Formats: sequence, structure tokens, C-alpha cells
Amino acid sequence: MTQAIKNTLPRLIPPGGPLTLAEHLARYGPVPFGDEPGRAGGPSTADLIGEVERAGLTGRGGAGFPAGRKMRAVAETGRRAGPLRSQVGTVVVANGAESEPASGKDRLLLTRAPHLVLDGVALAAEAVGATRGYLSLHAGAGELAADLAAVIAERDRLGLNRVPIQVVTVAGTYVASQETALVSQLNGGAARPSFVPPRPSQKGAHGRPTLVLNVETLAHVALIARFGADWFGELGTPSARSAGSALVTVSGAVRQPGVYEIALGTPVGDLIRRAGGPAEAPQAILAGGYFGGWLPYEPALHIPLSDPDLRAAGAALGPGVLVVLPVSACGLAETAWIAGYLASQSAGQCGPCTNGLPALADTLGQLAFARPDGGASWGDDPPGPTPGLGWAEQLMGLVRGRGACHLPDGTAGFVASGLRVFADEVRQHSVAGPCARVRRPPLLPAPGYGGRA
Amino acid sequence: MSHSLRVNPIACEAHGVCAELLPELITQDPWGYPIVAPGPVPDGLLPLARRAAAACPTLALLLTPDE
Repeated sequence: MTQAIKNTLPRLIPPGGPLTLAEHLARYGPVPFGDEPGRAGGPSTADLIGEVERAGLTGRGGAGFPAGRKMRAVAETGRRAGPLRSQVGTVVVANGAESEPASGKDRLLLTRAPHLVLDGVALAAEAVGATRGYLSLHAGAGELAADLAAVIAERDRLGLNRVPIQVVTVAGTYVASQETALVSQLNGGAARPSFVPPRPSQKGAHGRPTLVLNVETLAHVALIARFGADWFGELGTPSARSAGSALVTVSGAVRQPGVYEIALGTPVGDLIRRAGGPAEAPQAILAGGYFGGWLPYEPALHIPLSDPDLRAAGAALGPGVLVVLPVSACGLAETAWIAGYLASQSAGQCGPCTNGLPALADTLGQLAFARPDGGASWGDDPPGPTPGLGWAEQLMGLVRGRGACHLPDGTAGFVASGLRVFADEVRQHSVAGPCARVRRPPLLPAPGYGGRA
Repeated sequence: MSHSLRVNPIACEAHGVCAELLPELITQDPWGYPIVAPGPVPDGLLPLARRAAAACPTLALLLTPDE
């Protein structure tokens, strides 16, 4: 096994500027391809899938699916997919098209540690029998796309890519980087999710079995290939789905917003302290981005940053996002704002989403902004203490699980958490109308969204 | 082997034929899209489920064997 680097944070993004290829190889050691001589003890790429499974690495793009299981599925489909069950080349897609508006970690990782990501692409390609690779970025990535193409060309000259890797830019909408939508765009189609099965691991880009992994996930694969599953597990909590480290983007009312690498299981409060602590009096934290949920501030500080722990509390880890909401902002108005943004991001394919999300967003908008006597309409809302609340609950039940992608489920979960955490605001608004804080510009980012007409 | 009904929500255009043919298992939401009862289709309803799937104008209703 390559001499392990000291097992402390940061693992992924070393301080200082991006490392040159030579510096990168000096820091982490050579890329441990299966056919490289002189390797001792490290997992060969034949065993890489098993090693990633043993490490318990989960996807860092938001869904948290076990990375090793995905790799195994693609490798196995590839082996039996050809004529007479001969092997066909599979495809690896590094997903760097970060579409979670409050997340900046993939962009930072690609800017500061591109070689680690590309090591992961090459190693994963070898492990699953790929013959092509893609690195997908947001259309708005700007110079990053050209910079990464240059890095890929440099590695190509040294034979470090193993497969041709093409940088592609995809649409900037919320669902565009969902894996079936990504595959659709690679095949020349629209930036819209598709119905599964077939999953990309069965039939993806160019009809071939396709491995789609987030760029941070691939960077962890590059480290597991070098130092092994045990090394990976020295950070994180032993419970399932919380091994290793993760990048988390911290924003909102903190003194030092930015991207931090943490050992999974670190309490939320420790990370907030690393981010300089609250910049003004805090009231709540959004954990996991817009498919995550709101948590009241004080109780949230003790929750370990892991997907199971955050889910048990009503939020999620998602792609590693924390936003601190100050008391000077209205949590209900923020929730209504993002409900509107998410409704605007519907691909317009599935009836329950196309109809249900705008209705849910309108209901939230009325809960947040309507005067009590303003003639708000609540559908078939049963009479209750807070008009509109029952209709919102019904709508959430109607959209859950009824889309081709998880936009309806994510939106319902986010709205439910807002109605729970900001229940007092909902009551006050229903009695006295919108509070003065709704005039503050929204804190949560919603690119390209101008509010509901 | 048990079978379950599933809707391809992209293909579905809310014609409502399935809810008409199989009200035992399929209701409609406020916009006319089908809500399918979860779980395996009872044996006695399999022929009706098969007919409903075949009658969908967009072939969005799928009757598939459970894994």
C-alpha cells in the first residue's frame, strides 16, 4: 500500500493553491492502477470495488447511495451486456454539475484538487471496464471547463487517464444534474429526468452501462484505492453510511462562510464554530440543501453531521449543505420562496409535480404573505385553526413518490420541515398577517428565479 | 409470483381509463392523475389489472412481476 498520508483533515483539499501534477503525485503517491508494478498491499483495481464497498463510501452528491454497489452493478452489467454475453465498454461520468444553489464544494474541489477527482475517474474506469469518461459541469462554470480540459490533456500525455475523458457542460436547472437527466443530455436529449428502469447502470450514455458518481465521491475513491478501506474508516462514525470525511458548504449568518471538510459524525455545532460562529442571532439551520430540511438552531448543534442522524431529526446531509438562518429573517417567507423556486424547476413531465408543486408553492405564499382577510383561497381545506395548513398537508401527500425524479418528494420534505420548525410564524401570520421581516430580501439562493407571478 | 401496478408518470396523460376500469385499486388525484394502491395486486384482480394496463392510451400503466 502506498505510504498513507497523515490521517488528519483535510484529506481532499490541501491548503494553498491547487497542486501541480508532480506535487499531487508526491503528496498522495502514484495512481495505483491494477497493472502498475511495485505496488505492495494496496487494493488492486480488481479489488477496488470490494474495497470501496468495505469502506462504506456513500455518494456525496446528495442521495447518499453506496458507491461500491453502484460500481459493482455497472461492472457486472458491462460484463454480460455484449453479443453472446461478451464484455462491452462501460461509461464513467464524473458529476460536477453542482445544482444545489447553496453548495459550492464540487466547484471548489475541481478548482483546488482536480487531479484527485481525475485519479478517481481513471481508477473507477479501470474497475468497471469503461472505455469512455465524461466530466460534467454546469453551463455557468465558465473558465473552469477550459482549465479542466487542460488538466485532462496534461494527464493524457502521461497515460494517467486510461480512457478518453471529455468535459461537457449541462443545463443549470435544479434537476439537470440528476443522473438520468445527465445521461439524457449526454445522449443529445433534454435536461430532464427519465423513468427508471432502465437505470443508468443498466443502460445509460450511448446505451451503455454507465457509472455516474459525484466528483467528491470519485476523489474519495482515489484515496481508498491508495490507502485502503481501513484508512478511510479512521475518520467518521462506525455506524453505516457515515464513514470517512465529507465536504460541507456553510453559509448564511456565519462569520466565515465557506467549504469545510469534516469527519462524518462531527456535531453541527463544531462545524458552525469552525465557520466562525453565528454572525448574528441565529434561529434555525437548513441542513442538506433544498432536499433536506430546517432544524431549530439550538437543538441542531448537538446533531452529528451524518445522513442517518440528520434524517432522524427531520433534515438530511444531502450534498453537505448548512445554511444558518438569523432571527432577522422570516423562516416561513424563506420556505415559501424556495417552494416557489423548486416549483419553477419542475421539468414539466409528470402531472402530480407539474400541478402539485405550483399549488403547494402558492399555498405557502399565501400562508407567508396573505393578509388574514385577504380572500386567500385554500382549495378543499377543511376548517381548522390555521387556514391553508390542511391544504398544504394534502398537497404534500399528493406529490410524494409520484414523479420520475425526487423533486416532488424533496420539495414536500423541505416544506414539511418549514411548517414544523416555523409553526409559530405560521400561526402569527394567519392571525396578524405577514411580519415585518418578510420585507428582507431572501437569504436562500434561487438562481434564475424571480418569485411567483 | 405476485405482481404490482406502477405508473410511468412521464408517459401518463391523465386519460383516466385505468381508474375507470380498476376503481378497486386506482383512484384519481385532483388533476386526474392515477393514484395506485401500493402493494401486490390481489390474485382475483389480476385479469382486471392486466386489462387496465393494456387499455392505457399511453401505455403508462405497468403491471410488473415483483422481484
